Amino acid sequence: MNFIQALKDALMTAALSAVLFIPAVGMVLKERSLELKLERSLALVAVVFAGRLLLTLARQAGLFDGLKARMAPLGSGIARGVGNLERHNRWLLLFLVLLLALLPFAPFSSNYLLQIFSLTLIYVLLASGLNIVVGLAGLLDLGFVAFYAVGAYSYALLAQNVGLSFWMAFPIAAALAALAGTILGFPVLRMHGDYLAIVTLGFGEIIRILLVNMTEITGGPNGISAPRPSFFGLHFVRRAKEGVVPFHEFFGLEYSPAHRYIYVYLVALAFTIGGIFIFKRLREMPIGRAWEALREDETACKALGINHTTTKLSAFTLGAAYGGVGGVLYAAMEGFINPHSFTFLESAIILAIVVLGGMGSIPGVIIAAVCITLLPELFREFEQYRMLIFGLAIVVIMVWRPGGLLKVRRKSFSRGEAL
Amino acid sequence: MTQTQAKAPAQEDATNIITGDRISIRFGGLMALSQVSFEMRAGSITAIIGPNGAGKTTLFNCITGFYRPTSGNIIYSNGEDEHSLNRMPIHKIARLGIARTYQNIRLFGEMTALENLLVAQHQKVNHHLISGIFKTSAFRRSESEATERAWFWLRFMGLEKDANMEAGNLPYGHQRRLEVARAMATGPRLICLDEPAAGLNEQETLGLNDLITRLRDEHQVSVLLIEHHMSVVMRISDHVVVLDHGEVISAGTPANVQADPKVIKAYLGEEE
Repeated sequence: MNFIQALKDALMTAALSAVLFIPAVGMVLKERSLELKLERSLALVAVVFAGRLLLTLARQAGLFDGLKARMAPLGSGIARGVGNLERHNRWLLLFLVLLLALLPFAPFSSNYLLQIFSLTLIYVLLASGLNIVVGLAGLLDLGFVAFYAVGAYSYALLAQNVGLSFWMAFPIAAALAALAGTILGFPVLRMHGDYLAIVTLGFGEIIRILLVNMTEITGGPNGISAPRPSFFGLHFVRRAKEGVVPFHEFFGLEYSPAHRYIYVYLVALAFTIGGIFIFKRLREMPIGRAWEALREDETACKALGINHTTTKLSAFTLGAAYGGVGGVLYAAMEGFINPHSFTFLESAIILAIVVLGGMGSIPGVIIAAVCITLLPELFREFEQYRMLIFGLAIVVIMVWRPGGLLKVRRKSFSRGEAL
Repeated sequence: MTQTQAKAPAQEDATNIITGDRISIRFGGLMALSQVSFEMRAGSITAIIGPNGAGKTTLFNCITGFYRPTSGNIIYSNGEDEHSLNRMPIHKIARLGIARTYQNIRLFGEMTALENLLVAQHQKVNHHLISGIFKTSAFRRSESEATERAWFWLRFMGLEKDANMEAGNLPYGHQRRLEVARAMATGPRLICLDEPAAGLNEQETLGLNDLITRLRDEHQVSVLLIEHHMSVVMRISDHVVVLDHGEVISAGTPANVQADPKVIKAYLGEEE
């Protein structure tokens, strides 16, 4: 019926993809000159054109109605899912957690896999923290990596200078990162939107530049080594110093470097699950509601007696604490940190996870974090196209679902019996 | 001008909930309010009327802390203590028991109607961080009480069916009522309604009149009202203050004000 419209739409898409593909795929660097290989990019454009046209036509023919109906509850604005469904979900969730916890013991598991999964978990944790600031409180923070860095460096420096242990590092690094969050919070209390974004961006850079330049303390651009994690004082080493029993001897196991990877993975899993749990609770608590109300209308919020200063600060502080915990995990996993791990790109990736996943949404953020950390690894074979696919995926998601992958499901209330 | 003590002259009358004493506010060269003095009795429905640009909303904004008067004093009495509202931040004024609605609706659009009312009860609920994370029994009790109060106000305003709808998606008339419900959920002594009937049809306006009267009669709340609909003002208010060009030109009962030649002049223009 609306063939002309579908054609127009497909043409627009093709034009857009041409803009992307011609420079990205069509230009080939040969020795010192650029060679234009149009046919390659034009073939891709043709594929996009045909695909888009078919997709539109299929949609017009009602092929996706069933699928759409399943997606509908996400966008309808009415919260659903109480009672049975909730209980059903709980078992599913438990099963998933168990599956994740058993993953290191699966036959296909490897150190490489565990390392990637641990990193993914750290990103989920970081994104949950940023989700408090950006998703719930609506404060655009482009410098979130600063808190991540504060956490990582607190662990490395305190372990080196005062012999802080792995487990003690979590509360202390979280507290220090939270302090950094509060310090950032004060000057930006009166700012909104763009201005806030720029100041937080500056804050992130200040921290990074401090790390680069305070050479005597932080080791400057050369970085600093962070102690490997320990299991309540037991170290994951083949041969420990005199009088110290390493992990494998204590438990009478054969030494294997995999123990450490498994351990880091499980600790990261525990903290991530804890972080998500706290995030979920926070969202349903008065403070979470106040954050969301603040995001929606700050003035109206004040006129209801809510102190916007403390509310905003608490969002920054709690979000930063998540960053601090993530930093400790990262430093312990890598065993070595330098300022290069805490650039603006890192902030951008965490923000991308939050925005792509759907602000305030938990499953959305998990899916986005998995995509963003795992996809580049999966596409390692395609080397040159890796970043292209990555960028394209972000564009596609934003066009397809401007509100992020999943819209937040609002809690639904049933009538109390007392009335 | 001293703002330490609320000892303005000639109004130590305990039944006044709001006393405005020569309030002036200047925006650059514009004198938006000049020497506005008025009194509002506790338990009354008081209306502020006046032509467009007379300064009605400005006066509202001074009372609720959105603007700071250039000079003058606003005294709020909750029966026991008197507070000068002049230098008080918005959220402190709200905590004294003054709630308001807005000419342009300002709901929390992406939250459900019921959540809007829960936010309004922020001061009353248990917002201790740890007890919330672990959902202690005290926390759960506090939350269910808040939810019950929210249901009460939804029912009062006839919005039960909208409870789990996003506030921003509600029809206009419902949003207006939800704003009143949200203001009431804070448990105020004084509610300031800024043109509550704006954009409502005849039927809805009548319903609103009834609700406003019930708020006062059943919930002992004083109502300060800005209104354009003369039918609303004349029917429900006990006391009317007429503003024109930032000055009070008349005040009294609806009937007195209606007959005041100054008021007629302000509304209909001067006879040549």
